[in-house]
Amino acid sequence: MSTWHDYLKKKGHPPDWPYPVRFEQEQEVAADVLVIGGGIAGCWAAISAARQGLKVALVEKGDTVRSGAGGPGCDHWCNAPANPLSNVDPDEWAEHMADRPYCNGIGIQIQCRENYDCLLELEQMGGKVRDTGDDYVGAEGRDDKTRLMISPRYTRVHSYVPGMVKPATLKSNPENKLNNVVIRVWGTTFKPALKRECKRLGVRIFDRVMATSLLTEKGEQGTRVVGATGVNNRTGEFMIFKSKATILATAGAGSIWLISTELGGYSNMMSRTITGDGTVMAWKAGAELTTMEATGVLRIATGLKHKWYTGAGDASYENVPLVDANGKRLPLPIQGWEDAGAMVPTMDVEQKIREGIAKGEYTLPFYGDFPAMPDVERRATWNLMLGEESTTKIIINTFNKAGYDGSRDLLQSYKYIEGNSLPQWGEAGYGGGLLVDWNLKTTLEGLYAAGTQMFSPEDHSYAAATGRYAGRKAAAYAREIGGSRISREQVNREKARVYAPIKRSDGMEWKELHAGIARAMQYYCSEFKTENLLNMGLGTLQKIEKESVPLLFALDPHKLMRSLEDISLLNYAQIIIHASLARKASSMPLNFRRIDYPAMDPPEWRKYITIKQENGKVKTGELPMAFWGHMKEQYEAHNKDYTGFYKGK
Amino acid sequence: MTKEKLMAIPNVTTPSSPVVFNPDICDGCNTCVEVCQIDVFMPNPEKGKPPIVLHPDECWYGGCCVNECPRPGAIEFKWALQHRGYWKNKATGEIHQI
Ligand SMILES: Cc1cc2nc3c(=O)[nH]c(=O)nc-3n(C[C@H](O)[C@H](O)[C@H](O)COP(=O)(O)OP(=O)(O)OC[C@H]3O[C@@H](n4cnc5c(N)ncnc54)[C@H](O)[C@@H]3O)c2cc1C
Ligand code: SF4
Ligand code: SF4
Repeated sequence: MSTWHDYLKKKGHPPDWPYPVRFEQEQEVAADVLVIGGGIAGCWAAISAARQGLKVALVEKGDTVRSGAGGPGCDHWCNAPANPLSNVDPDEWAEHMADRPYCNGIGIQIQCRENYDCLLELEQMGGKVRDTGDDYVGAEGRDDKTRLMISPRYTRVHSYVPGMVKPATLKSNPENKLNNVVIRVWGTTFKPALKRECKRLGVRIFDRVMATSLLTEKGEQGTRVVGATGVNNRTGEFMIFKSKATILATAGAGSIWLISTELGGYSNMMSRTITGDGTVMAWKAGAELTTMEATGVLRIATGLKHKWYTGAGDASYENVPLVDANGKRLPLPIQGWEDAGAMVPTMDVEQKIREGIAKGEYTLPFYGDFPAMPDVERRATWNLMLGEESTTKIIINTFNKAGYDGSRDLLQSYKYIEGNSLPQWGEAGYGGGLLVDWNLKTTLEGLYAAGTQMFSPEDHSYAAATGRYAGRKAAAYAREIGGSRISREQVNREKARVYAPIKRSDGMEWKELHAGIARAMQYYCSEFKTENLLNMGLGTLQKIEKESVPLLFALDPHKLMRSLEDISLLNYAQIIIHASLARKASSMPLNFRRIDYPAMDPPEWRKYITIKQENGKVKTGELPMAFWGHMKEQYEAHNKDYTGFYKGK
Repeated sequence: MTKEKLMAIPNVTTPSSPVVFNPDICDGCNTCVEVCQIDVFMPNPEKGKPPIVLHPDECWYGGCCVNECPRPGAIEFKWALQHRGYWKNKATGEIHQI
């Protein structure tokens, strides 16, 4: 008996709610630094602020031990040019990585300078970052002295964008040796180590609390952030946090265009818990956002495409040659030593394969030819990379258990037979986010951001390094500034909003609302954008806000959380449309196509669009490309006191 | 055959469970309940019994519940039919599905 209906049938009644119910009851917490979101960036932020000796509170929607996209694991520590095996200069590498339109040069510089220090700190905390058991002796990229394992990723080329794979010779690597900037790691050990360290340092962790709003001075938009509210998603208790500095680290928005009402856990690269909450809280408080009009194509999605690693284009599938059903080798890159880590095929190669399939030159389905690999490389890919990556650990475990043996068996690839993502299924959240300065401070006093929460974010080690950095900077601010009063009126308003869905027992359930939002975005803000379609989308979303949100009902604290998440998604979707309306040009790097402004990236539109609310009105602005200035100089000017990796207790 | 009372129950959410518990091995420690970032499970009202799958439709299929269980065999992952992957024996050409 473990399903709900089993229980019902055996007992004759459904189980009681397993947790105490405390709707409307309040708990007040005061901290110097409040961190919202206990994922990778949030944990690192809490640890680094606590190491400055400040009182830190960490609020996490799930349980910090495994929450977030990086909770289950991580196999690539990307962009670590300061590692001892690297053949490039960190500042030059950072500049090289930031030589992409609409990236975040501030975050990249921080990542390249500090993420190797993070890795050493992780090791101090008990994370595994070296082949200490000598399991992979002889694997290419393994350094026998340090036992670090270099990944082929970015060894010569780096680009996720088909057709934009560019080999580059760096001044610091004139002989074009392998760059050696990405390290293979045992990331399943990371999140529990981070939580342990938070606890050891006395961080007060509030698990199962969904933060719902930011509190501002006098309760006004655009003023200093002085705390936040939240709701416990097991008990329904209302949380009031008072803080001197607040760091947002709730990542982006997973499923704006995507929902299956039966498989509600479908998400993209992000955890299902990631629903734009932080971005929307900051938006309501008056913070400025940028690149909100950007969308990506759906990539790895749990429960959907690419759940099963299929090679060539999927991260982590390094060094596995792809063959057709007759064993014929395909010209797909293998993301390995052979092709220096090319992540995706060029458009030419892609075209050749598609034509080959049509002509019968390549027979479907395709397979990952694990048996053709040398034993140590096969083990490194299967056990280390897939085993440590994240949601893939369970894949390899269940495969092993079912009798799969890589030395004997070909692993089926779903590329081509599962089709492409529908173009209207965009991915938000890996583009837009909070605008930050060199302190990772947002445009609001007292509010900082880190990881995927910022505009144009990168990956795991980026979240770690920027989280750690934001923690340092927020602590410095909190140390200087006095406390501030929160506005009771603002708290009361938020309480009324938060608890509205539990006051009803019929109307509209969260899944229907989510599906309605996703459909509006699929229709009106997708592959083909025009002023008219976007305005229709905005109108539809506003209608949902006016007519459907007041019907939302939630039967318990968990469903209340899901309902509130939907309201975040709804607001997030509206921000995307506002930003899309503001960009009157198409853009390749932003994956943004307007039929009414078809010219791709015209010079006058090569700029960031910023967006915020002022007195409740939407206000857009712009910033030039590379607005952060000279990366190395700016970094050094802002970090004169940086002392490298943590040597304290 | 004992006659079971038939209840009126709405359609069961599908897939109805991302995992299967083995009540003979599971001691109801609720580690899986705590590590799940989605709160798919709830603790069983009866102490020592396997958790109850309350929100199977929200599962992220990340597998932490199974990975973290301290009692091998107490909880097993159950891929939904549409998620079950394939492999092929290179020598014999025999196809398998998980
Ligand atoms: C399958 C998969 C594999 C990956 N593999 C790699 C890899 O090998 N290498 C790599 O570099 N990157 C990898 N990534 C990406 C990496 O995991 C992310 O870049 C990283 O986790 C981002 O960190 P973050 O802190 O910004 O977000 P997250 O780690 O996702 O953390 C955000 C946290 O905020 C919490 N939260 C959200 N809303 C609220 C709220 N309202 N109140 C309180 N808390 C809230 C969430 O529960 C979550 O814990 C992978 C991602 C996935 C999904
Ligand atoms: S399945 Fe494992 S983790 Fe879950 S309650 Fe049972 S013994 Fe504990
Ligand atoms: S796979 Fe993940 S989301 Fe699903 S029940 Fe297990 S821990 Fe929860």
